Amino acid sequence: MRILVCIKQVPDTTDVKINPETNTLIRDGVASIINPFDMYAIEEGVLLKERFGGEVVAITMGPPQAQEALREAISLGVDSVIHLSDRVFAGSDTWATSLILAEAIKKIGDFDLVICGKQASDGDTAQVGPGIATHINLPQATYVRRIDTIHLDTSPQIMVVERLLEEGYELLELQLPALITVVKDLNTPRLPSLRGKMAARKVEIPTWSNKELNISEDKIGLKGSPTQVVKIFTPPQKESGKIFEGDPEEATTKLVEEIKDIL
Amino acid sequence: MSGIKVILDKCVGCGLCLKVCPTQAITLEDKKAIIDLDACTLCGACIDSCKFQAIEIVRQTIVKDDISAYKGVWVFVEQRNGVISSVVFELLAKARELAKDLNTYVGAILLGYGITDKAGELIHRGADKVFVIDSQALQHYISENYTSAIAGLIGKYKPEVILAGATTTGRSLVSRIAVSIYAGLTADCTGLDIDKEKKILIQTRPAFGGNIMAQIICPNFRPQMATVRHKVMPESDNDPSRKGEIIKESFDVNNQDKRIKFLDFVKEAISTVNLAEADIIVSGGRGLGEAGNFKLIEELAESIGAAVGSSRACVDAGWIPYSHQVGQTGMTVCPKIYIACGISGQIQHLVGMQSSKIIIAINKDADAPIFKVANYGIVGDLFKVIPLLTKKLKESPKELANKD
Repeated sequence: MRILVCIKQVPDTTDVKINPETNTLIRDGVASIINPFDMYAIEEGVLLKERFGGEVVAITMGPPQAQEALREAISLGVDSVIHLSDRVFAGSDTWATSLILAEAIKKIGDFDLVICGKQASDGDTAQVGPGIATHINLPQATYVRRIDTIHLDTSPQIMVVERLLEEGYELLELQLPALITVVKDLNTPRLPSLRGKMAARKVEIPTWSNKELNISEDKIGLKGSPTQVVKIFTPPQKESGKIFEGDPEEATTKLVEEIKDIL
Repeated sequence: MSGIKVILDKCVGCGLCLKVCPTQAITLEDKKAIIDLDACTLCGACIDSCKFQAIEIVRQTIVKDDISAYKGVWVFVEQRNGVISSVVFELLAKARELAKDLNTYVGAILLGYGITDKAGELIHRGADKVFVIDSQALQHYISENYTSAIAGLIGKYKPEVILAGATTTGRSLVSRIAVSIYAGLTADCTGLDIDKEKKILIQTRPAFGGNIMAQIICPNFRPQMATVRHKVMPESDNDPSRKGEIIKESFDVNNQDKRIKFLDFVKEAISTVNLAEADIIVSGGRGLGEAGNFKLIEELAESIGAAVGSSRACVDAGWIPYSHQVGQTGMTVCPKIYIACGISGQIQHLVGMQSSKIIIAINKDADAPIFKVANYGIVGDLFKVIPLLTKKLKESPKELANKD
């Protein structure tokens, strides 16, 4: 199986702090990590490779520092990586980002499965995975929590997945090649191996700019993005709450008194 | 050419922008901010941080087509087996407001099999026109088939705005539609308004798990599409005297995507009330100590008609299934009331629930971060507090369960 995994480098949320004076996000010295959901995508790719043989390729779009995420992916068992970086990609919204990733995937070619995390922890949109699937015209399953079966010896090749919904899950059968976005329940991501860490240090990371992808600049970056962010602001801080301490009997009575009208 | 630039006359070299840049693309040289365009992602964080309006993004825009031809505010009707999801009624209420400001009609898109008789309910709830496609091929939700059906309707009727619930279905569907028709889409909005001068939709949404809010517009593409978070907006009233038009369209089975098949839907037995729909959620954390103690949470939840949530720690420990996890790697919820029991309030949990209207925390540690976001709290032993609370809420004369 040839599996492509799309990952994103995001700021580590555990580090996110608000400057109380300016009420803005402090990003100074915030560590960058692989988007948490993408860790499950990488692990699933590596598990499938271990089961069926083949190769896992991780791709990311982002500024030069995003290469760190690709190195980490190598340390986790990914075979090769591709970095998409170009000034003309900057400012892309989910429409344009999914186009750039889709064009890269088409250029890589010859794959059986594309795996993405269900959403990124910074933007939280969950739009890029289905966007890629649409640009390439692949069948998709979002919020996959389990791959039940894969038949590579049938024609067409098929897989059955469990798609996690609000009130249960559904079973979908997809023809390969397909795209899935995954949730946490799928697996337990491994830690980097020593061999993986060595490989990550040595790996040469190819960077593709738009010269390689040759996408019309009318469709990417700020210009090609239908949406525009006009304002970013920090939500007003909550007033401090009413906290009761001491005797549980008394404290619960006071709490019930406070909340009985709002329940 | 689009891009970002520092207006050198206005830049005083204060360095505020350096601190907010997520990609460390800005440096100071000779007391002026310099932006490394290779590292910049044009995210705009520096622009909002600059007190001197010294940074601007120059945006070259393209106009896709004649946007004045687009009229109507549409709502995607999410339903399973003919039961319409409550988020649809929230969207219809919002759509009525937006349509009033835009001086246009409210449309509902109803897809499925044997669902035509639901059109009346949508009219009573606020739709002026219901576009119905009743086809066996649309019996089960399949993104590919729903996309081609709705893209066809959009091409024919040209709506100005399309709203869908920010649910697993809504998000998967409209992402595909937006890409296939080249339209702008904003995810998980908590606020929608019309800019009355420009007649465009202003979409407000949380990012970074609610740590920041962004306002997004889509001035040059139509329709303007948004998914909307559940439980943020009130539902529309049911007015059986409302009149509307039902427009029946058909689905061309040649457009059915044969590469994907719905096999089965399995309702998860453990959840009596689903998290996304719940007005009240009671969540348990590590403080419960062991799996068996989740019954305290379940009893409290049952007494007030609430859903059961959990922190990541309990899911990882195997005390409760993943579908109950609230937080960064679980679900984002925003119920009217969120009761956190034995949850310390790590940032990964807070980003999944801090938009809840009222937060109540029960924890033995007075310094736990959960109290910083709580409207009400009890510092104490949850094994004593929760049973007392359950008992007192049961005795409370008010009807506490979902009032619908």
